[in-house]
Formats: sequence, structure tokens, C-alpha cells
Amino acid sequence: MRHRVLVVFAGLVIAVAVGLVSPLAGQAPKKYNAPKTPWGDPDLQGVWNDATSTPLQRPANVGEKGTLSDEEAEEFQASLAHELSRDRRDGGNAADVNRAYNEHWMDARRLKITADKRTSLIVDPVDGRIPVLATVSPERQKIRATRAEAAKRFAAGLPEDYTDMSWPVRCVVRTDVPPYLPTIYNNNFQIFQSPGYVTIAPEMIHSARIIPVDGRPRLHKNLRQWLGDTRGRWEGSTLVVETANFRLDEGVLFQNANPATFKITERFTRVASDSINYEFTVEDPTTWTRPWTALIPWTKVDPGEQMFEYACHEDNFDIVHFLTGARLREQKGER
Amino acid sequence: MPLRRAVPFLSVAAAGVFALLWFVSPSLFGQARAPSGVQLPASYRAPRLADGRPDLNGIWQAFVTANWNLEDHEAQAGPHPELSGAYGAQPAGQSVIEGNEIPYRPDALAKRNANFQNRLKADVSEDKTWHALGDPEAKCYMPGVPRATYMPFPFQIVQGTSQYVLFAYEFTSATRIVRMNWQQEAPTDSWMGWSRGRWEGDTLVVDVTGQREETWFDRAGNYHSDALHVVERYTPASPYHMLYEATIEDPKVFTRPWKIRFPLYRRMETNVQLLEFKCVPFTEELLFGKFRKQAAR
Repeated sequence: MRHRVLVVFAGLVIAVAVGLVSPLAGQAPKKYNAPKTPWGDPDLQGVWNDATSTPLQRPANVGEKGTLSDEEAEEFQASLAHELSRDRRDGGNAADVNRAYNEHWMDARRLKITADKRTSLIVDPVDGRIPVLATVSPERQKIRATRAEAAKRFAAGLPEDYTDMSWPVRCVVRTDVPPYLPTIYNNNFQIFQSPGYVTIAPEMIHSARIIPVDGRPRLHKNLRQWLGDTRGRWEGSTLVVETANFRLDEGVLFQNANPATFKITERFTRVASDSINYEFTVEDPTTWTRPWTALIPWTKVDPGEQMFEYACHEDNFDIVHFLTGARLREQKGER
Repeated sequence: MPLRRAVPFLSVAAAGVFALLWFVSPSLFGQARAPSGVQLPASYRAPRLADGRPDLNGIWQAFVTANWNLEDHEAQAGPHPELSGAYGAQPAGQSVIEGNEIPYRPDALAKRNANFQNRLKADVSEDKTWHALGDPEAKCYMPGVPRATYMPFPFQIVQGTSQYVLFAYEFTSATRIVRMNWQQEAPTDSWMGWSRGRWEGDTLVVDVTGQREETWFDRAGNYHSDALHVVERYTPASPYHMLYEATIEDPKVFTRPWKIRFPLYRRMETNVQLLEFKCVPFTEELLFGKFRKQAAR
């Protein structure tokens, strides 16, 4: 597995060296013509990986710089890789124990910044930061406070119930909720295409997002799902995907956005044989004061690196460990 | 059955006759041919994709009661009639097995019966015995193959012209990738197994190995071991039907390979789509409720 990762890495480096990877955010180089499926749609098929160390939001220490020079980029990447690395022993016992889940288990691709040397994945607003939060209604403040209390109990090792745990910990959803953001591992997405559909299978957790691109109406607003309801269309060679109808549970969406008003538009553009620009715009006037957009490069993985089933709930022993541990600590009078 | 009501009447009528004849004379179905007297072309030729392969795209569903029991089963009360009345009751159903019964080894049958007795129990207090009790369906596990095919939920086949065909199931959003003409063996066991496909004429043949041993075949407790090997055959039979056949081999549990057969029906409702049945939140109380903090704060 690790040598495959290296092979892919080498491929990426070569691609960057010969200029195959798009240097500009959101702009496909005009010279690249994406291949077409036999039925005439742009062909996005393959297994793609979105890992990167470039943070979603621009860190304060890079000032206002949106993109870096080669030298600055090297330093930025080294500094991020150092922070992210789990093969370090400094920082005290708690940090050390936490890093026992070390680099062996992680996606090494997440230690490299984007090939275009950006300082944030967010490209709009131009400061690379998530916009100012909207004023939250008292009703939602109450809901959020309840969730925050639960998260606090869990973080302290004293969950009262399985509902104190987050949706990803409970294996209900993971990185399959849009927007797709890079994480520590299993950053793969396999795209399948068939006449009238584009289907994206995120590795974590084993769901398939079957996207009609035939113009059919979306689900009625009364029918909501944790992953929402998605419709797609082609704009030139770009697949434009809109998702709404998110189920009204708190804590599933990014930054606890409001499922009743959250909407996301995603754009997939193949900019090279081994690269897709994944750009998403989220809007939720009850969470952020304005829409914001991020661009994440997806890199094709080596054909030898196949997607494999990511199961979660079936062997989620830790749910019980967390709960029985908490009960034991209560018995001992710790709380 | 609102699902059926939405299917064009003639299609359902034809399917009914078809299904009836199916059970009367299963031997006629050894090939993709329909028996005489059924309103299906004697040798149906499916529409083609650009690569010349039969187009199996669509949302499909089985309308058998095999998820209750692959073998013959009488109607009976559900496990908790005091709570659910007739809601949870089991419908009667005819066996979908060639030869009617599963050829268990004598020592293996007792476990099936124990599984049934314990089908709604769960004890996850110890990692080592986490999977020991209860129907995996009740615990919202990915169902494995062939059970995923005949659960009372639709599934979608996503077939292009690449070497991958995706099977997406509504139940717990399970998926499996069928790799066409693939050499590599299963890297390790998984819940939905390692599926390798090939075409035999108009039939998609899928060879499934590497399945986790903990899945069951049905709510009656029929089960398998880690030696399970399943060969599925999907044969287009009309614009609205496929014939499904699975050969099940597991020398640790059965005395010989055995087959199940039934038709799959295309879901025909306008704008029908696969929905979400992420069932983890529906089983957490069964699995984890007992570990809740008892005393009020």
C-alpha cells in the first residue's frame, strides 16, 4: 500500500513538473480537452484523491498572500507537514499518546500543499477565510448549545448516551456529506458514469451519490436526507451539482450549518488527464453572512490503488468503550 | 403494496403469471428463455450500451419474501406482537431454492435454529463476542450477497462502459463495485465481498468471494461461514424484468452447492430514485441503549 502511495506521489510530482496541473484556481487551461464518454458527456471517471495540507482557511502567519513563491511554498509546506505529522514525540504525554495513531495509518498525500501553492482552499472571499457568522436565532442557539454540551461531555470522556457522540463517530455519515473536505485518510472518490447519471462513491462511508444529469425535477422539499438530494447538469465541460433537502438534524453539516437553509453548489472540471478541479460554493444566510467558495484539486490515483469497502458501524467497538468507560468513571466518583 | 400499485398494471400482471410459472416449473429457467405461454419474447435481447454490452442500468427490486426465509415459510406473528400487532408479522412465502431446502450439514442446522431464536438479541458488551447474537439486518450491518438483492429495498445498477459496474443498495446505503474481467483476488474480507464480473452472452455473471462470515441470508437465521462463494447471474428477460440466480457454495456449512432463483422487477414510477436508508440511528437503542447513564443528573 505504501509503495503505491509513493508511486502516485511520484506521478503527481511529474505532473506538476511538466505543467499538467492547473496553475489557476477555477480556470481550466484552454488547451486541455476532457475526453468524452461514448454518449457524449465529459468523462470524469476514475478514482480521485483530494488530500492536501493546504488549510481550508488562510493561516494568520501568511498575512494576505493568496499564493506563494516557490521558496515560500516550500517553507509553508514543511511547516504544515511538521504540524500535521504524527511521527513526532514532542508536546507532552497526552499529545504523544494521541499520536500513537501514527503516520502509518494516515494518507501521506495530506502532507503536501496544493500544486498551485495557495495558502487556503477558500478562494472567495479573497481573504481566504470563512465569512462572518450570521446572527443565529434564539431557537437555533438553544439547539446548538445542547449539542455543544454533548460534545463537551464526550470530549471529557463522560458521554451520557450514544447521542452525545457526533454523527461521524456514530458512523451515520462521514466524509460523504458535501462539501467533500480532505481528512486524515480514505480521501478517495470513485466516479462512475452511465447515460443520464454521474455517480460519486466517497470511500468513507460506502455511500453512492447517484446524480441525475437528465434534467429531472428534484425531490419535493418534504423529503429530506442526511446527504441531501442532488441534481447535476453540464456547463461546457464542467459538471455542476446542486444539493438541497438536507435532513433537519443538528450537527451533520459543516460548521453546524442550518439544514433548513443550507445549499451547496459543486463544480467538477477535469483540467488534465490526472486532475479534476473540485470547487464548491456553500450558502446559508442563517449561518454565514455571505456565500463562500473553495477549490480543492483532485488527483487521479494509480490504477493499482483500488477503492476498498470502508465499513464503520459494523465494528464500531469504540461506541461501547466510550460509554462503558464513562459509566466506570462515574462509579469511581469521577465526573 | 403501494410500490406495486405504481408499476404499470400489465407489467405486474405479466410478472404475476411469470412468477407463478417460475415456481411451477423452475427447470425451464435454467437458461435465459422464458417458458411458452408467458408474454415474454422467447429470447429477449436487451438494449445495448455503446460497448455492445446489455444495458442493465436501472432501479431494481425483488418481490419475494426470501428476506424472511429463503425456504418455505408460513405466515406467523412477529417477534413482538404485544408491541406491534400485525405490523411485524411475517408473510407466507414459497421457497426460492432449487430443490426447496438448503442442504445443511447435519451439524450446521442447529446453529441456524439458534440464530432464529436469538434473531433480535444483541450483546455488544465484549469486542470478541460483538457479532455473536442477532440478525445483522436488525443491527443495520451491510447485508452481504446475495441477501442485499432480496431485501425489501430497491437497488440501482450503474453501468457505463468502464471496467467497473456499481451496485448501490438503498439498505444502509451499501455499495459494491463489480470489477469486470478482474484477476486480483479479494485483498481481505469485507461485508459486501469482492465482486468480479464477466459477460456470458446477455448474462452478467458476478463471482463474489471475500465476504465477512458474520452476515446472514435471512431473518430465519440461515447463515454461512467465511468459506462462502457466491456466483450470481443477472439475465435481462424483458424491458421490466431480470432473472436472478445465485449459486451458493460453502463446504463448511452445506453438503453441496445450491441455487436460489427469482425475478427482479424494474421500478417504473415516474422520477423514482434510490433514497436513503441509513439505518444506524434506528438500531443504536438496541445495541447501545443499555450503556446509557441511568441516574438523572
